[in-house]
Amino acid sequence: MKQELNHSEQKLLKIISGLTSLPNGAYNIRFNGTALARSSSKNIIIAKKSDGKDGIDIHIRPGTKNETVYIPVIMDKSGHTELVYNDFYIGENSAVTIIAGCGIDNCGNQDSQHDGIHTFHIGKNSRVKYLEKHFGEGSGSGERIMNPTTIVNIAENGYMEMETTQIRGINSTKRITNARVAAKGTFIVKEKLLTHAAQYAETAFQVDLDGCDSSTNVISRAVAQDKSRQLFTAKIYGNNKCHGHSECDAIIMNNAHITAVPVIKANDPNATLVHEAAIGKIANEQLIKLMSLGLTEKEAENHIITGFLK
Amino acid sequence: MLELKHLSFTVNEGKNTKHILSDINLSINDKKTVVITGPNGGGKSTLAKIIMGIEKPSSGEIFFHNKNITDWSITQRANYGISFAFQQPVRFKGIGVKELLSLAAGNELSTKGACEYLAEVGLCAADYVGRDVDTSLSGGEIKRIEIATILARKNTQLAIFDEPEAGIDLWSFQKLIQVFEKMHEMHHTILIISHQERILNIADEIILIANGQIQQVGKKDVIIPQLVSIAGSCNIYKGVKDQ
Repeated sequence: MKQELNHSEQKLLKIISGLTSLPNGAYNIRFNGTALARSSSKNIIIAKKSDGKDGIDIHIRPGTKNETVYIPVIMDKSGHTELVYNDFYIGENSAVTIIAGCGIDNCGNQDSQHDGIHTFHIGKNSRVKYLEKHFGEGSGSGERIMNPTTIVNIAENGYMEMETTQIRGINSTKRITNARVAAKGTFIVKEKLLTHAAQYAETAFQVDLDGCDSSTNVISRAVAQDKSRQLFTAKIYGNNKCHGHSECDAIIMNNAHITAVPVIKANDPNATLVHEAAIGKIANEQLIKLMSLGLTEKEAENHIITGFLK
Repeated sequence: MLELKHLSFTVNEGKNTKHILSDINLSINDKKTVVITGPNGGGKSTLAKIIMGIEKPSSGEIFFHNKNITDWSITQRANYGISFAFQQPVRFKGIGVKELLSLAAGNELSTKGACEYLAEVGLCAADYVGRDVDTSLSGGEIKRIEIATILARKNTQLAIFDEPEAGIDLWSFQKLIQVFEKMHEMHHTILIISHQERILNIADEIILIANGQIQQVGKKDVIIPQLVSIAGSCNIYKGVKDQ
């Protein structure tokens, strides 16, 4: 892989996936629209889609335990745009980690755009940890645009934890996540988002708690700096005896704008749904405390934001 | 030496000007433990905040080690050796106990290093070192962590504690006294705002502030009996807070 990627491309790959060399097990590394490297393992089969769409199918055999799949995407060709479909079929009684993510380095003057549609079919009693990191850089005037869509179907007693992070660098993003959760299933989301300059970020979650004793917890931590704008929507529909909670906690700075729209809808009298949303500046007392330990105001601010998005 | 010269602090309430502190003149010698006491609303906390730079005086000057620090920022004062333990410690989402102690120390502390500071304030270190300084901590726990941040600051020459006893249970009180005694042995200058008789008892000097003015300054042997004698009208001096 070192022969294929230059230094900055390797850096991009490391930032979004942690990879510095090809991993063991199953992986698909996508680079400027093509598979740079792909491998299946005994239990995890990755194949190019056969329906004409761009993307891959990932089949995980039932009972697969403690394996990790890497499917990072990196792009550094200015003007490259793509729409990619990745479908995950996770067999019953599995426990796997999936590391996705997209890094765009755009040094040109044309917009680069990655639209990824990931669909998860999580089998009964299976546990999935899904990590998705989005990152952009580059000195060009072309925009870096990412629009990830995540569709999740969790079967009985299944569990998915989705950790999605976008810290700086993406000019525009529309992040859509729709999940349906069957009986005793759980869907956890931890979103971390930082926008700056004139960036725009929109996240929209919709979780349907269909099964008895299903649950969800959607937690978003967001920081909007400069003139950036954010729109957060979390809809939780309780369609059975279930428990749902959403929390949007946002720090607003400079001339930024943040809108938080939490929606909870109980379609069953046994649904328990809670939403919390808070937007505010960094508390002055927090800055004063850290300054009283010898930090400058700017250093204090950076520590507070870094901790908040930890 | 810390010197306050003609220090006043006023706030505007509508058309009226309220005098919180009026013409405070005070010298605190190095390596002394000084306790400021007096009724609530008398201006004690404001005075402490002015010394740290959190509030700006309306008039007057502050000298520390012969430097006029009146216009210095909080950061400058901190780096010049002034530390401040808040009456109501601040909570942070996502900043851990160990990280906060490391920030106070000015370098990354080892777990063992952080634990030593926590043990000094009576916290079972293993239970706290991995936790965040957030709302999951009780009032007493966060208060003791606040005091530990002062212990972690290596360059402290003047340590200010604003009502350190607030929220501290009786069990931990002796630990708190030991903290002050140890700092005293290390030749720190300590300025404590307190109503607690047991803290008044460790003072080299006691300053009574009421109505924004210094009412009395003296050795504890002289001041404490007077405070106790007026405690009939104001019970705060027997360690019972009136709030």
